[in-house]
Amino acid sequence: MANPSEHGAAAAQSNSFRQQPDEHGHFGGRYGGRFVAETLMPLILELNAAYEAAKADPAFHKELAYYQTDYIGRPSPLWFARRMTEELGGAKIYLKREELNHTGSHKLNNVMGQILLARRMGRTRIVAETGAGQHGVATATVCALFGMKCVIYMGATDVERQKPNVFRMRLLGAEVVPVTAGAGTLKDAMNEAMRDWVANVADTYMLIGTVAGPHPYPAMVRDFQSVIGEETKAQMRAAEGRLPDVVVAAIGGGSNAMGIFYPFLDDVSVRLIGVEAAGHGLDSGKTAASIERGRPGVLHGNRTYLLQNADGQIDEAHSISAGLDYPGVGPEHSWLNDIGRAEYVGATDTEALDAFQLCTKLEGIIPALESAHAVAYAAKLAPTLSKDTLLVINLSGRGDKDIFTVAEHLGVTL
Amino acid sequence: MSRIAARFKALAAEGRGALIPYLEAYDPDRATSLELLRAMPAAGADLIEVGMPFSDPSADGPVIQAAALRGLKAGATLVGVLDMVAEFRKEDDATPIILMGYVNPVESYGYERFCKDAAAAGVDGLILVDLPPEEGAVIAAPAQAAGLDIIRLVAPTTPDARLSYVLAHASGFVYYVSIVGITGTRSASAHDLAGAIPRIRAATDLPIAIGFGVRTPEQAAQASSIADGAVVASALLATLAQTLDEQGRATAQTLPRVLEQIRGLAQAVRAAGQKAP
Repeated sequence: MANPSEHGAAAAQSNSFRQQPDEHGHFGGRYGGRFVAETLMPLILELNAAYEAAKADPAFHKELAYYQTDYIGRPSPLWFARRMTEELGGAKIYLKREELNHTGSHKLNNVMGQILLARRMGRTRIVAETGAGQHGVATATVCALFGMKCVIYMGATDVERQKPNVFRMRLLGAEVVPVTAGAGTLKDAMNEAMRDWVANVADTYMLIGTVAGPHPYPAMVRDFQSVIGEETKAQMRAAEGRLPDVVVAAIGGGSNAMGIFYPFLDDVSVRLIGVEAAGHGLDSGKTAASIERGRPGVLHGNRTYLLQNADGQIDEAHSISAGLDYPGVGPEHSWLNDIGRAEYVGATDTEALDAFQLCTKLEGIIPALESAHAVAYAAKLAPTLSKDTLLVINLSGRGDKDIFTVAEHLGVTL
Repeated sequence: MSRIAARFKALAAEGRGALIPYLEAYDPDRATSLELLRAMPAAGADLIEVGMPFSDPSADGPVIQAAALRGLKAGATLVGVLDMVAEFRKEDDATPIILMGYVNPVESYGYERFCKDAAAAGVDGLILVDLPPEEGAVIAAPAQAAGLDIIRLVAPTTPDARLSYVLAHASGFVYYVSIVGITGTRSASAHDLAGAIPRIRAATDLPIAIGFGVRTPEQAAQASSIADGAVVASALLATLAQTLDEQGRATAQTLPRVLEQIRGLAQAVRAAGQKAP
C-alpha cells in the first residue's frame, strides 16, 4: 500500500504538483504507467513521441486554438449563480459552463486536440469508447468535421439508456457497436475498443475520452482539458480580483476534474474537491466511487484506484449516470488523493437527481447527471461556508440527454 | 536445468517442435479442468499453458473471454489455480506448466508471495499479457528468486530496436504473437512466419513458440517446425464450449473431444518434425 508521506516528500522536493508524470508515465512513482500487451507497446511509444513533438510545435497550438474558438466556442463563461447562492445561503457559487461547448460537454476539448494529433500521425480511422455517449458524440463530431472513419464502442446497457446520443452518433456518420460483454457499460466498451485497436494498428488511432489508459493518455487528455482551469483562473480574477477558494468537479474517469484542477494544483489555498458517484451509497456495494471504496490495481493500461474484489477481479460499477459508471479513475487523481492535494467525496444517485432539479429550477440550466453530482456536493458544502467564500462548480455537460432517465426516476412517462 | 529448458532441449534432440495446448483453469469447473490438465501430457502436450481467469481480458477474443467468465463463475481464484497445478505435479514432474493471464490478480495477490507460491506449486513460467518489460520490475526479482521464467511476448509490431530490449527481459522461451490482433481471430500465413521467426532467432538463443491464430493440425505442424513450438488455445476452448450443456456444465463429451483434438494436433506436430531437416 502507498505511503502518503513518501509521495508528499517527493512532491515537495520538486516544489510543484505540476511536474507529473515522470518519463515512464508514473504519477508519484506509483500510479499510471503503460500496462498494455506487446502488440500495442510500440504504438504507445510512437504516440508519446508524436504528442511530445506536437506539444513543442507552435503550429499545433495555433491550429488547436483556432478550432477551440471558432468551432467549440471557447472560452466558456464563468456564470455567477445568484439564485443558487441565495437559496443555499453560504458560499458564492460560480458555474464554469462547459455545457455550452459545441456538443454539450467538456469532451470536445480533448477530442479536438487528439484528432489534430491523429491527423498529424497520418491515421485515417478512429476508435473510441463511450459511456453516456458524450465522448462518443464529440468523437463522431470531429470525425465528421475531418472526414475520418469512426467506430464507437458503447456498452449495450448504455446504448439502451442513452438512445438520443446513439442516434446523434449515427447521424454524424459513426458506426456504433453495442458491447454485450460484462454488464455492458463503459469498462466493457473500453475493453472492446482496445481489442479493435490491437487488431487494426496500421491505420487506427484510439481516442480515449478520459484521463486514464496507458501513458501518455492521462497526461495528454489532462493537458487538452486544462483550458477549463486556465480560463476559470483568469475569469475569477476578472470577476472577483482573486482566485476561488473551492473548486468542485464530478469524477468518473476524471477528465473534467483534472482539466479544472490542474492549473490550480500549485495554488495551495484553493481546495480541490472531486465528487465520485456513490450510486446507492458508498457502502451499498452499488457504487462507482473508486477512490473511496477501491484500492490500487491495474486495468486498461494504468495503475490506479479500482473497484475490485479480494482476488483482483474488477467489480461492476453502479451509477445512475452512465458517464460515471466506471470502476476506475484517472491515475493522477489517485496520486492527488494519496498526497492529500485534492479531496474525494461521494454523491448518491438520489442526491444527484435532487441537484439536477435544483440547478434547473434556480438557474435555468439543465446539468448533465454527471455534473449534477458536483452540484449535489457543492449544495451540501456551500451552506457551511462563509458568504465571502468563492466556490466554482465545473458544469461539465448539459442534461438534455438525461431527461428520459430523470423522468423515469421521477415516475413521469414521456 | 528448468523443466522448460529441459523439455525444449529434449525435443530439439528428437528433431521436432513442441505442442503447447492451453486450458482455462476452472473451465467449466475445477474438477473437469484438472482432469483435462492431467490427461494432456498423454494426449501429446509437451508443455501446457494454464489460463488464470480475469474479468477484463482486453487482449483476448470472444472464445477466451467466454472461457474466463466460465472459470470465474465456477469460483476460480489464483489460490485455486495454484492448487490445481500442485495436484497435477503429484503425478507429473516433467511437463512444464506456464501460467498465462493479466497482471491485476497477481498484483492483488502480491508479487513476491505469488512467485513463491507458484514455484512451490510446480509452476515453471509466467506470461502476464499486460505487463510489458517497461513495467516488469515489480516481478523480475521475485520471479528470479523463485526460479520462475518470465516469458515475453514479441509481436509483428515490435521493431528491431525494441526486440533486443524485450528479449533482454525474457527467459524460458519467447512467445511470438503471430498476428496483429486478439486471440483466436485470424491466422498468420506460412510466408509471414517464415519472415518473422529468423528475425527473432537472430536476436536470441531462447526457444520460440508461436501463438495467437494457430488452430488446425496443419497450422500447428507448420508453426512448430518454423519455430520451436506452437500454442493452441482458442480452437481447443471452442471445442470445449461446444460440448457443454445448456447450463454450461461439462458433459460426457467434454474431455474426450478436447483430448482427441490435442491428439490430432500432436500427431501433426510430430510428423512435421520427422520431415524437417
